[in-house]
Amino acid sequence: MTVHELKSENPYIPFLSEITEVIKHTEIEFTFRMTYTGDVKPGQFFEVSLPKFGEAPISVSGIGDGTVDLTIRKVGKVTDEIFENYVGDTLFLRGPYGNGFDIANYKGKEILLVAGGTGLSPVKGIVDYFSAHPEDCKGFTLLVGFKSPKDVLFKKDFEAWEKNINVIMTVDTPEDGYCGKCGLVTQYIPEIPINNSDEAVGIVVGPPMMMKCTITELFNVGFKEENIWISQERKMCCGIGKCGHCKIDDTYICLDGPVFNYTKGKFLKD
Amino acid sequence: MGYQTTAEKMNAIFSDLSKDYLIYAPKRFVGDGTFTDIDTIRYGEITDLSEIEFAEKSDYSFKEVLLPISETLFYFTENEMKEADAPKKGAIVFLRSCDLHGLKRMDTIYLENGAVDTYYKRLRDNTKFILMGCENSFENCFCVSMGTQKSDDYDAYLKVDGDTVLVDSHWDYLDTALTGATQTQVIADSVTANDTVVTIPETVPQSLFDAPFWEEYGNRCIACGRCNFVCPTCTCFTMQDIFYTDNGKAGERRRVWASCHVDGYTDMAGGHAFRNDKGQRMRFKVMHKVNDYKRRFGTHMCIGCGRCDDVCPEYISFANCINKLNALVNDSAKEEN
Repeated sequence: MTVHELKSENPYIPFLSEITEVIKHTEIEFTFRMTYTGDVKPGQFFEVSLPKFGEAPISVSGIGDGTVDLTIRKVGKVTDEIFENYVGDTLFLRGPYGNGFDIANYKGKEILLVAGGTGLSPVKGIVDYFSAHPEDCKGFTLLVGFKSPKDVLFKKDFEAWEKNINVIMTVDTPEDGYCGKCGLVTQYIPEIPINNSDEAVGIVVGPPMMMKCTITELFNVGFKEENIWISQERKMCCGIGKCGHCKIDDTYICLDGPVFNYTKGKFLKD
Repeated sequence: MGYQTTAEKMNAIFSDLSKDYLIYAPKRFVGDGTFTDIDTIRYGEITDLSEIEFAEKSDYSFKEVLLPISETLFYFTENEMKEADAPKKGAIVFLRSCDLHGLKRMDTIYLENGAVDTYYKRLRDNTKFILMGCENSFENCFCVSMGTQKSDDYDAYLKVDGDTVLVDSHWDYLDTALTGATQTQVIADSVTANDTVVTIPETVPQSLFDAPFWEEYGNRCIACGRCNFVCPTCTCFTMQDIFYTDNGKAGERRRVWASCHVDGYTDMAGGHAFRNDKGQRMRFKVMHKVNDYKRRFGTHMCIGCGRCDDVCPEYISFANCINKLNALVNDSAKEEN
């Protein structure tokens, strides 16, 4: 069967996509490189749809020529099954959904991107872009925290990024033999050289508490709230504004988000 | 065009229509209620006007006609998906004015908010709506407060008075079928006042989201979700995959009704959930019905049918909640000044 043969007008019918590569980061986090040829932005998501098991919203963690990367963590019914049986070489997908990050908002600016754990997935496309085109911004710092050295994702990518952009990686809990930075991402923010904090852009994605503390710290060093962007994780069940599970006040995360400018994002209260 | 005709004639017309339509109306199911010797009134298929319960409010709304409680979306085998067939017949639905306003709320979510919903649209396009009048307000109704007590947006209005039937038709088919019947002006019965009156706060400041006010609901609500299931404007669902026991590789994906009051509604893989407190779920629902939906779509979501108040096993009143919330909003505004 050719890929995309099943693409339908009916938004609930998934299409078949081939797995071209599987990149193993940790025991429970793999990146699946999937064939996909349509428009897609970092921070958008696909519903990975497994007949018999259900669907899971997964962020786009990389965009290639005719492919998208989906970094999947084995934490539930659907993802368990993907990890057990991905040898099938294909997965059903629906999407992409959501607004995603608009690279144009960040071009020509000083950028500080702060990510926590798998929160790096939805913003990895931004890092990839500015690492490949450092001339498109005034400076790019990636500040990322993982729980422990063995939880580090995208190790190969870090090697490439470190050549082109400023990368600070920290872990909460070091292990024997680890010689990198330790502690929470927030403690490194004051050390990051920012020439003009009035205009610098902050992008923050991670667990709710990490995002809250990071944004507080960004304010402390002079960032303006209209220059801060966040991405929200919710239960996106249908992805098309119908099922209601991801709704917060008058906002449907699947339609209006998951990426929000902080001037809007700060009012989102579940 | 308005007509006066007989029940016999009208039943004959519906009998003809039943070749192309399933006819749904509120019916009394004797002894089928949740307590002993209590009837329930809910939607079912009818073949005769005498089966319709005109005198009382239905416990459940018409929404299951357009949004079945469990609806198969597609059938799957390992590599193929096949969209579930649409019903062969269309539907005719008898409903009251408030519910007809509820239909607009469903249309907004399923046809306008994001992609058009294939399954809803194909049912909706083949459904006709017949208005039932309200000669008097029922217990817990507050349609007048919500402005839903009247509606002209029907395919027909029908009133049965003994053997006489009054019809106001907006439907060519009925005009043709009623050729020769006495023409007369027919105005739908509607109420002008309810015993229950609600005042909706224009805006509710976020500072009140954590007010102790909601704790009372957290203590009483048992998260059964009945208020959501009887509500004509609650449209949430959850995906559900099933597979066949004699062929584990084939099965179907369904959507089933979901409730923002029931545990699991916001659960994400990995275990994180939002609004674990039942009071906060009440706040979420109330804000959706009378504030959030309006900010997005321009009208309140709640249509004032009061079924949530009728059904709650804990005697939680949505109408009282809105009024108390309004008082709370006014008090907090005064405190600030």
